[in-house]
Amino acid sequence: MQDLREGLINAFWLLATFDSDLVEITLRSLQVTITALMVASVIAMPLGTFLAIKRFRYRRLIVAVLNALMGLPPVVVGLIVYILLSRSGPFGVFGLLFSPTAMIIAQVIIMVPLIASITHQTIREIWSEYRDLMISLGASKVQRIQALLWDGRRPLLTASLAGFGRGIGEVGAIMIVGGNIDHATRVLTTAIALETGRGDFGLALGLGFILILLAIIVNFAIHMFAQTERQSLW
Amino acid sequence: MVSALFPLRLENAEMRRSGRVLVGPVNLELLGEETTVIIGPNGAGKTSLLKLMHGIGRLSGGRIIWACSIDKARYRQSFVFQTPIIMRRTVLKNLIYPLILRGQSRPTAETLCKEVAEQTGLTGVLGRDALSLSGGEKQKLALARALIVKPEVLFLDEPCAVLDGRSTREIEDILKQVAKVGTCLIMTTHNIGQAQRLADNVVFLLGGRVHECTKARDFFNAPQTTEATMFLNGDIVE
Repeated sequence: MQDLREGLINAFWLLATFDSDLVEITLRSLQVTITALMVASVIAMPLGTFLAIKRFRYRRLIVAVLNALMGLPPVVVGLIVYILLSRSGPFGVFGLLFSPTAMIIAQVIIMVPLIASITHQTIREIWSEYRDLMISLGASKVQRIQALLWDGRRPLLTASLAGFGRGIGEVGAIMIVGGNIDHATRVLTTAIALETGRGDFGLALGLGFILILLAIIVNFAIHMFAQTERQSLW
Repeated sequence: MVSALFPLRLENAEMRRSGRVLVGPVNLELLGEETTVIIGPNGAGKTSLLKLMHGIGRLSGGRIIWACSIDKARYRQSFVFQTPIIMRRTVLKNLIYPLILRGQSRPTAETLCKEVAEQTGLTGVLGRDALSLSGGEKQKLALARALIVKPEVLFLDEPCAVLDGRSTREIEDILKQVAKVGTCLIMTTHNIGQAQRLADNVVFLLGGRVHECTKARDFFNAPQTTEATMFLNGDIVE
């Protein structure tokens, strides 16, 4: 209880004083996760839509693999990205290891299966409702995809938020590929891990509360922006 | 006036799924005059036959020939499904969707939409989420969306199957108005009363095959086949 109280006080104090280190790692956390989310959405949403409306050989196998990859262990992703980006690895020449870019790459790999899988399920459900109507109305392939994505925008937003949640709270992969370097690759989660290791539970908890607050604010802001609860505006 | 899409000819048209024959072989000629009702018990193949005619069902054999090209014919048709397919949008956006697909501007589409909404009694609910409508209202919306493109042929698959008496009457009134202005209606039903109220021509379907194709008054007064007589008497026919 003492640690919890201390954590809350620390969180309040860090926020009230606008601690410069806190601002820096919070902004970096947001920068890495939001960039990864945008990249992952651009890859995963068309992939999920394609799998939902196109029939081809091995489609079921791909969907099963995609669903299985939702539980991809971040540490393993981190390890693989580390090997690929290390000096002796195939992408070592780019010098990306221990940079925010490496962290973004790792997060994209973690987010894609989750967003693609939710997109696939959402679009498949809407497609099964709309299929006959779309064919009857003579909608082109592009028009069909537009309608599916537009009418599925709220569940797709939820898919993105799930991806954001997975990314913002991720520590294993970005610790390995980012290295938790102060003023370079340190983010909220790696800072929490560091402070916990040092035994400063109060500060670690304070950062933890700020991380939770951040996740709630981003989710709430997106819901407000997208007006997800106001069906009358459909 | 008969639409230029007719006559519609089905030559040995057949639809099979997983080796099972759903429809056919069907040989039929529709001249597009007045309202044609395809009647028969559940599982007779009415919906499959209607979907074949409209082109959303895949032919397994035979041919379906319109008087013009298939693309032209499809453009001038609409289809109302037994269970209305409602898009996750407002009623207004559902209504204007076919027009937007056809390249109409939004203001033009909205003007046309108001006209159809008035005809179908949807004016008061245009701003509402379409999924929140009652069953009867949803079917009216599906009908209005089909009518908004001013089709020459309107296919209706048991449009009142899940509706109560009042909603059925409202839908039938709209259909009578539509037929009066020259739209050819081709609909399915297993409701003998509805067929008697709406049909000018009847196609009696059983086991995927056409057993009778005749004028409605002849069919109801003097059916030519035993199966049709049994069906009209309310007996179970398979």
